[in-house]
Amino acid sequence: MVSKMKAIETMGLTKFYGKARGITGLDLAVEEGEFFGFIGPNGAGKSTTIRILTGLIKSSGGSASIFGKDVSGKKDEILADVGYLPSEAVFYNGMKVKDVIRLSADLRKRDCSAEATILCDRLQLDTEKKVEELSFGNRKKVGIVCALQHNPKLCILDEPTSGLDPLMQREFFDILREKNRNGMTVFLSSHVLSEIQRNCTRAAIIREGRLIAEGSVEELAKTSAKRVNVHGDVFLGGFKDVRDVQQFDGGVNFLYGGGMKELLRVLAAGRVTDLSIAEPDLEEIFMHYYQDEPQDTAALKGGEQNDTL
Amino acid sequence: MTLFKHEMRQARLSIIIWTASIGFLMAICILMFPEMKGEMDSVSDMFASMGSFSAAFGMDRISFGSLDGFYAIECGNILGLGGAFFAAFCAVTALAKEEKDHTAEFLLTHPVSRARIITEKLAAVLAQIVIMNVLTLAISVGSMYIVGEEIPWENILLMHMAYFLLQLEIGGICFGISAFVRRGGIGIGLGLAVMMYFLNIVANISDKAEFVKYITPFGFSDGADIITSGELDAAMVSVGMALGVIGIIAAYIKYTKKDIAG
Repeated sequence: MVSKMKAIETMGLTKFYGKARGITGLDLAVEEGEFFGFIGPNGAGKSTTIRILTGLIKSSGGSASIFGKDVSGKKDEILADVGYLPSEAVFYNGMKVKDVIRLSADLRKRDCSAEATILCDRLQLDTEKKVEELSFGNRKKVGIVCALQHNPKLCILDEPTSGLDPLMQREFFDILREKNRNGMTVFLSSHVLSEIQRNCTRAAIIREGRLIAEGSVEELAKTSAKRVNVHGDVFLGGFKDVRDVQQFDGGVNFLYGGGMKELLRVLAAGRVTDLSIAEPDLEEIFMHYYQDEPQDTAALKGGEQNDTL
Repeated sequence: MTLFKHEMRQARLSIIIWTASIGFLMAICILMFPEMKGEMDSVSDMFASMGSFSAAFGMDRISFGSLDGFYAIECGNILGLGGAFFAAFCAVTALAKEEKDHTAEFLLTHPVSRARIITEKLAAVLAQIVIMNVLTLAISVGSMYIVGEEIPWENILLMHMAYFLLQLEIGGICFGISAFVRRGGIGIGLGLAVMMYFLNIVANISDKAEFVKYITPFGFSDGADIITSGELDAAMVSVGMALGVIGIIAAYIKYTKKDIAG
């Protein structure tokens, strides 16, 4: 096979908990070797998707595969290539950190002690402590070691940085990027956009169980929307494609998604003392996707690229 | 084998505590026997003439004055009920505890099939029951040796065999329950054991409820019945083992497909 295999592929993946929606018709494709971000607010269906991929729950419809193997099939074969960091890492009380890490390796029938030592060192994890004595952040570190010590081909991370201090977060992402360079595919679920923007090459945005956008992080950030900051007086009444209007002393700040001509006309009609038009960061785009009605975002996603300046 | 070893390590303290408690109570009873034996001839008559109370515990059929008769009543209740509790506790928590303690996400995302997890956990439950039974039998026989009584091997072994089978049945049923529940399993398991115990007492009191003995494993492990007949009731044991096996099959069917709660 010449073509790169998909690390993760879902088609029409659907999960209902009784009548409650988990995810509906999710189509997702993550290429091998990618650093992929999975963005969405709490309850959007991120964890549901991950739980289906790791075989904790069964889908109600559609299909999901990891490295070409359907996740409803041989769990022992599929998960051998996968490392998983749950959003809340909980371990067996009474066990020491080193015993948990060892147990995880033993369950994989692998000796990962060398890599485990390196990881514990870099994350400054005390392996002699009992797991129930650890803080949330330190428990997370144990989870990280368990997810990475066997050098998996795919690492699935569910909100990995909660509880880690900024220095640890940086070290953690350094480790991830190194392993990614060596071929590990990363699937990073998060609602912290800056961390997706900084680390991921591609991302998908999920909302209310549906995928509403997918593409390279740059592409996602480069919608038609601009952040416009005007000092002076401009009349925005009746002006379309304006969102997130913030009046401040002596000016106005808004997100603009329409054509440049109209914008210039409105600005020219007002009294402008200072003006800046900038690419919004992913954070703002994200707010954008979530504040809009779905049909509105579809238009955005369709790429009405009006910003041909 | 990794998970089996892990389970046994986790269960270490529980095995020690249960075995020590049951063994201690049984040893105390046996150590009291020589003192009571002399007075038993008269007491036996009294115990045997308390009507349905005597019948409930089988005291109308066996003699308190002999070691095996005494053992059937005293230790039978301790090991019968204690063992049933222990088996229920081990089995009903086996699968459910992973979800209750939120460790399921850790364990089940390792490359181990669900069937394999069920099998190793089941083996661990069996091993715990075997260990507890071997140790309590040793404590029991050791205590008899200490008080210098002649050991009625056949009846003692037969009774211990019956209690072991009883625990297997309760364990099998509770293992099945364990696959379905997330929390509250311990209450269900211990409740089931108590209910089974009282069903047998009802069956002992009333002739009309005799059939209940086929449902409860306390039916085939009733010390008084075993000593009078000198054997275990094969039909009752078969029904009991079948119920245990059904529980285990149910566990496999349910847990291999179960959605694990977050």
